Amino acid sequence: MLNRIIISLVAFIFSTNISLARDYISIAGSSTVLPFATIIAEKFGKNPSFKTPVVESGGSSVGKKNVCEGVGVKYIDIGNASSRMKPKELEFCNKNGVKLTEIKVGYDGIVVANSKKGILLKISKSDLGKALTAKIPQNGKWIDNPYKNWNEINPSLPNLPIRVYGPPTTSGTRASFVELVNQKGYCAKDKDAKAASLGRGDKKGKKCRAMRTDGAFIEAGEQDNLIVQKLNEDPNAYGIFGFSYLDQNSDTIQGAEISDTAPTFENIASNNYSVSRALYIYVKHQHIGVIPGLKKFLENWKLNWSEDGILSDAGMIPMSETEREKYAKAIEELPVLTADILKK
Amino acid sequence: MSNNNKNYTLMDAKKAEEIVRSNVKKRRRKDIVLKSIGQFAIFVALSFLVFLFVSIFAKGIPGFFQHYVTLEVNLDQKRLDPKGDLSPDSLYSGDARKLVLEALYKEINPKGRKQKKAAKKILSSNAEIRVAQMVLENPSLLGKTIPITFALDDDIDSFLRGYIKRDTPESDRRINNTVIKFVDVLVEKKLVNYKFSDYILSGSASRSPEIAGVKGALIGSILTLFVCFILSFPIGVATAIYLEGFAAKNRITEIIEININNLAAVPSVVFGILGLAIFIGVFGMPRSIPLVGGMVLGIMTLPTIIISSRAAISAVPPSILDAAYGVGASKLQTMFHHVIPLAIPGMLTGTIIGMARALGETAPLLMIGMVAFIVDIPNSIQEPATVLPVQIFMWADFAERMFVNKTSSATIILLVFLILMNGVAIFLRNKLERRW
Repeated sequence: MLNRIIISLVAFIFSTNISLARDYISIAGSSTVLPFATIIAEKFGKNPSFKTPVVESGGSSVGKKNVCEGVGVKYIDIGNASSRMKPKELEFCNKNGVKLTEIKVGYDGIVVANSKKGILLKISKSDLGKALTAKIPQNGKWIDNPYKNWNEINPSLPNLPIRVYGPPTTSGTRASFVELVNQKGYCAKDKDAKAASLGRGDKKGKKCRAMRTDGAFIEAGEQDNLIVQKLNEDPNAYGIFGFSYLDQNSDTIQGAEISDTAPTFENIASNNYSVSRALYIYVKHQHIGVIPGLKKFLENWKLNWSEDGILSDAGMIPMSETEREKYAKAIEELPVLTADILKK
Repeated sequence: MSNNNKNYTLMDAKKAEEIVRSNVKKRRRKDIVLKSIGQFAIFVALSFLVFLFVSIFAKGIPGFFQHYVTLEVNLDQKRLDPKGDLSPDSLYSGDARKLVLEALYKEINPKGRKQKKAAKKILSSNAEIRVAQMVLENPSLLGKTIPITFALDDDIDSFLRGYIKRDTPESDRRINNTVIKFVDVLVEKKLVNYKFSDYILSGSASRSPEIAGVKGALIGSILTLFVCFILSFPIGVATAIYLEGFAAKNRITEIIEININNLAAVPSVVFGILGLAIFIGVFGMPRSIPLVGGMVLGIMTLPTIIISSRAAISAVPPSILDAAYGVGASKLQTMFHHVIPLAIPGMLTGTIIGMARALGETAPLLMIGMVAFIVDIPNSIQEPATVLPVQIFMWADFAERMFVNKTSSATIILLVFLILMNGVAIFLRNKLERRW
C-alpha cells in the first residue's frame, strides 16, 4: 500500500515536466500604471489566440529594476513606471545586456484632495512644497520644518493642522510629487530657499525632495484607496494620489486648486495643471518575437490611449495628438533606449 | 504541614477563625477580580470579532448580488459569425456588441450620437462575450430572437443601489442625467432585476467590478495548496518518524531539532526570498505559477507539520510500543502497525492547520510573482495563477467603488474555505482519535 503511494507520488513529480517556455506576457511595476495596464491586458486576453498577460505591482522603481535584470523567460517583459528612467537605471540595464524601448502611454495628474465636508485648499505650488518638505531655510540655516498649521505659511490658507497622507518612497507618484512640488515648485522658485540651496551647493534644490517625518506627512502605503477612505473619515486631512482616484470618487472628495488651477481632466490634458507626470512602459527588445503576442500587446495600447478610449474612462489623461503619433511610431520601429534619448 | 498544625494549636480558636474569615472576603474578592478580567478580555476579543464579521458581512453580502437587465437580442447568424464556421475566433470578431446595443436602443430610444454614447455606458463591457459564449455553447440559437440577461455597468449598479445619489450635482457624478433617464426607463419597463451574481463565483479577475469573480483565485489557491501538501506532508511526517523513532539522541539531532523549531518562527516573507533565489533563480522556473508558490508554502509549513507530528507520535503510550516489541515486532512494524495509526489524527490536524495558514499567506508569494493581476483561469500547476488573499488585496486597491463590496465578498469566501478546512481537521480528529 505505502509502496504504491510512494511510487505513484514519485511518478507524478517526474511526469509534471516543468516546461521552461513562457507563453504569456509578464509585466510589473508602478501601481499608478497598473490599473491601465490591467485594462489593456484584460482586453488583449479576450482575443482567444493569446493568453492574458500577468500584471504585477510593486512600484515604479521595482518595474524599472526588474525589467533590467536580464534576458530570458524568468525575467519580466515590460516594466511600468510613472517616473522616467534615470541614466543610472539604464546603466544597470546595459550592464545586464538588456535593450529597452521607451513608450509613453499617457499622463496622470497628482492631486492633493480632501473630503467635500472639509475646506477646499487653494494653494500655490511653492507654499505646498514649504508645508511638506523636511527642512526649510531660516536666516541662512536649514532647520526642521516648523509649520504646524496651514495658515502659518500663508494667512489665506485654512487654520487647520497640516496633515497629509501620501505614498511611500517606492512609489512613482511620490517621486514625481517631490520633484515637481518640493524641488521645482519650492526650492527652485522661492527666493530664500533658492539662495539657501545655492549656499549648500545644491543648485537644483534636489535636497528639498525629502518629505517631513514629524507626522505632518503620513506615509499610507501603495494603497491609494486607503487614503481616500481616510479622507472620508477625517475631513481636515488631505491626501496625495493619482487623478483616477479623484475621478472615481468625485462625489465625496475634492481636489485642491494648485496655483489657481483645479485638477480637472481638461486642465491636466492641456498641461495647465502643473503637478502631473508621464506614464511609461519599458519593453524588453530581446523578448519581442520570443514571448508570443508582445508586439500585439503594445499595439493594443495604441488603440486605446486616445481621448475617447477606454483608458481615459478609467482616469488616464491622454497625450496630445503629436505625442501619440510619436509613440505610435515608436511601437512600430522600437528604437533602442539610449542615455542620449533620456537627456532630451 | 506539621509546622502549620503547631501554629493553630498555639492560636486561640476564635482569633484563628477571625483571621480566616477576614481573609476569605479578600480572597473571594481577588477571585472575582480575576474572573472579571478574564470575562472582560473575552468580551473585548468577541466584540472585535463581532465588529469584523458585521462589517464584512454588511459589505460582503450585497457584493454577491448585482443588477441585471434583460434584453431581446436578435442573434443574427451572418453578423455574429462572419466566417460562418462557428469557431471562437470568428465569434469573437463578430458584431455581437452592435446586436446587443441595438436591442438596448429598442427599449430606450436614444436620439443622436450623444445619447447613444450615453446609452452605451449602461451595459457591462462583457455583454458581447456573453452572447458569443452562449452561441458557442448552443449554436442552434443562431437566427433566433431570445431574451438574454446582461450585467449592468458598475456605475449603473452603484446608482441603483443608491451609492451614487440622484441629487448630487451632475458634474460630480460618475453618470450624467441622460444615462439616469435611460436607466429609469429600463426600471419602469421592469427589465432590471437584482439577483445573485453569476460572476462572483464563476468569473475571474477583471477590471470591471460587475464581471469580476474569484474562480481563478480559488482554483489557484487549491492548486497551490495541493502542491504544498504533496511536498510538505510526506517530508514532514518522514522527518518526524525518524526523529522520534530512529534518531539517536546526540548533538547532531539536537541541532536539527533546534533549527526546526527556529524555522517555525521565521517570518514568511523570508521563504519567498528563498523561493525567488532557488526555484526561479537557480532552477529557472517561470514566475507566478502555483508550482513555485506551492513549494515555497510547502517549505514554510514543514516545521509546523514536523513539530505537530512529533508531538502526536510521542503522545502514543509507551506501553503500546513495549507490547509490540514484546511480541517481536521490528521497528518498522511497530511504527507502521501501531504508532502511526494512533498518531495520524494529530498529524493530520497539524497539517491542516499548517495548510490553513498557508492559504492565508500573501507575503512569500509577493516575491515569486503571484501577487499579480491574472485573468486566465489556471488549468495546471504550471500556468500563472493567484490566490484568494491576493485577490482580496488587489480588489481593495482598485479605484472603482463597487470593488469595496467585492472585497468583502471575497473575504467571506476565504473564511468559508478556512472554516471548511478546519472542519475537516476536527472531523478527522474525532473520527480517528482513540482515547485510553
